[in-house]
Amino acid sequence: MRATVEALGGSKPGAFSRERWQADFPILRQRINGKPLVYLDNAATSQKPTCVIEAISNFYATCNANVHRGVHALSEQATEQFELAREKVRRFINAPKVEEIVFVRGTTEAINLVAQSFGRSRIRAGDEILLSSLEHHSNIVPWQLLCESVGAVLKVAPINEAGELVLDELEGLLGPKTRLVALAHVSNALGTVNPVRQLVAMAHAQHVPVLLDGAQAIPHMPVDVAALDCDFYAFSGHKMFGPMGIGVLYGKREHLQSMPPYQGGGDMILSVTFEKTVYNRLPYKFEAGTPDVAGAVGLGRAIDYLSELGMERVASHERELLGYATRALTGIPGLRLIGTAREKASVISFLLDDIHPHDVGTILDQEGIAVRTGHHCAQPLMERFGLDATARASFAFYNTREDVDRLVDGLAKVKELFR
Amino acid sequence: MSSDLRDLYQEVVIDHSRRPRNFRKLDSADRTVEGFNPLCGDKLVLYLKLKDRQIEDVSFEGSGCAISKASASMMTSAVKGKSTEEAKELFRQFHTLITEGPEGSVKREQLGKLAALGGVSEFPARVKCASLAWHTLRAALEGKEEAVSTE
Repeated sequence: MRATVEALGGSKPGAFSRERWQADFPILRQRINGKPLVYLDNAATSQKPTCVIEAISNFYATCNANVHRGVHALSEQATEQFELAREKVRRFINAPKVEEIVFVRGTTEAINLVAQSFGRSRIRAGDEILLSSLEHHSNIVPWQLLCESVGAVLKVAPINEAGELVLDELEGLLGPKTRLVALAHVSNALGTVNPVRQLVAMAHAQHVPVLLDGAQAIPHMPVDVAALDCDFYAFSGHKMFGPMGIGVLYGKREHLQSMPPYQGGGDMILSVTFEKTVYNRLPYKFEAGTPDVAGAVGLGRAIDYLSELGMERVASHERELLGYATRALTGIPGLRLIGTAREKASVISFLLDDIHPHDVGTILDQEGIAVRTGHHCAQPLMERFGLDATARASFAFYNTREDVDRLVDGLAKVKELFR
Repeated sequence: MSSDLRDLYQEVVIDHSRRPRNFRKLDSADRTVEGFNPLCGDKLVLYLKLKDRQIEDVSFEGSGCAISKASASMMTSAVKGKSTEEAKELFRQFHTLITEGPEGSVKREQLGKLAALGGVSEFPARVKCASLAWHTLRAALEGKEEAVSTE
């Protein structure tokens, strides 16, 4: 017993225990519809520990001021905290340089930034952008907008029945006209972990840069952008236990430097006259207007929290939990998993008998269990499987085997009602 | 099992969702309107045949959750033979029931079989599912041809 606790928790006994998460995350102590909350909608957004909530509140209570502007003490403190958060992000994803970390509102804005700035300056009529069938709408629509305005063409790499990318077909779609590959690191709807290192190497062999949508990878596993060698990596704070409204675009300096600004305004300039404006250096060139400083500070605190837990341990806990949940759910007669990739993050999409996922979601909610139902902002993927919707249970490190057992009991109630 | 859930998923509702009535294409329809609920992906096609401002026949096809299917099925049974004004009035009453609940201005008794969907009022997120078919019917009655969306 002692050995198990130490193996999981190191110096902190019972580190991955329900008691600890309930102590750290106030929302997890809540009851929903009279039942203790089982939160299994982490792929939509994650919950926030008290330390993150307090970091945001402390920022406003003690050092709120605008950044990079004033000479007064508060402005200097705010700037220091903002830049400290940026450095925490850099270290967390092992980016080579701090100026390669651009704060944005979230993954969606990060991808739009690349589409509008990199895309419009580098991609011309007839050029191709390569995506995959399992992308979230936020990694489809920005490229469609770009294609419409410059006359470029979208190419879509297929997936197999398990929900895995078909690598040789993807390689076949990489050609002399391909200007960019934009892929999910982890699929939000199926949980598939793409072999991104191999994919980046494949694209680079043809001199094609790669953007990775890391929104669903960053809360589950260590991410090392230097090792991946990707050109861009986008993610959101709110899916990694930080606040909503803050996110990150990592970009290789050589790209960011040559890209035009995305938005114009304050903070992104060095000097402005009506004849000519000189843009600020990186990363400020891409941060027009007052940023979400408290959001960045909160994200920095979330990174501290995750670093204390250790992303390797988060990943191994979730791997074990995914195995347990997969065995438990596949034991339910009439339950069909959608997405059975060999490499998966802790996301389980499923159908139960002929019961519509929306009904499953309502009934589980009455049991205090939060799951997502619908198309998961991935309609082309749903179409690929001939479905309108699935139910999705998505886990975080604070989920336990007990949560899985509650889900199984909840699904038994769904079956009972529809018997 | 909570009583709210039993009230939402009454046996008659489950029955209509499993074996929807008037679930077919109506070749003689003079009006056809599509309805969508983008949030949950419910979609249906409503076929309507009018004669002298009376609903001579009505049917639907589509896919969706139990609530939306049952509601469409029960609606088609309820409005067949009614005048367009009567059908619109029925929608008004039905909508009041599913939004205001049993304490509202419309009592379940007034709505006959449609009252089985009264439990929706305890589930605000599902009101759109129950009203999709009705919004689509109203558009068809008003001669609108563009697709109806609940968003």
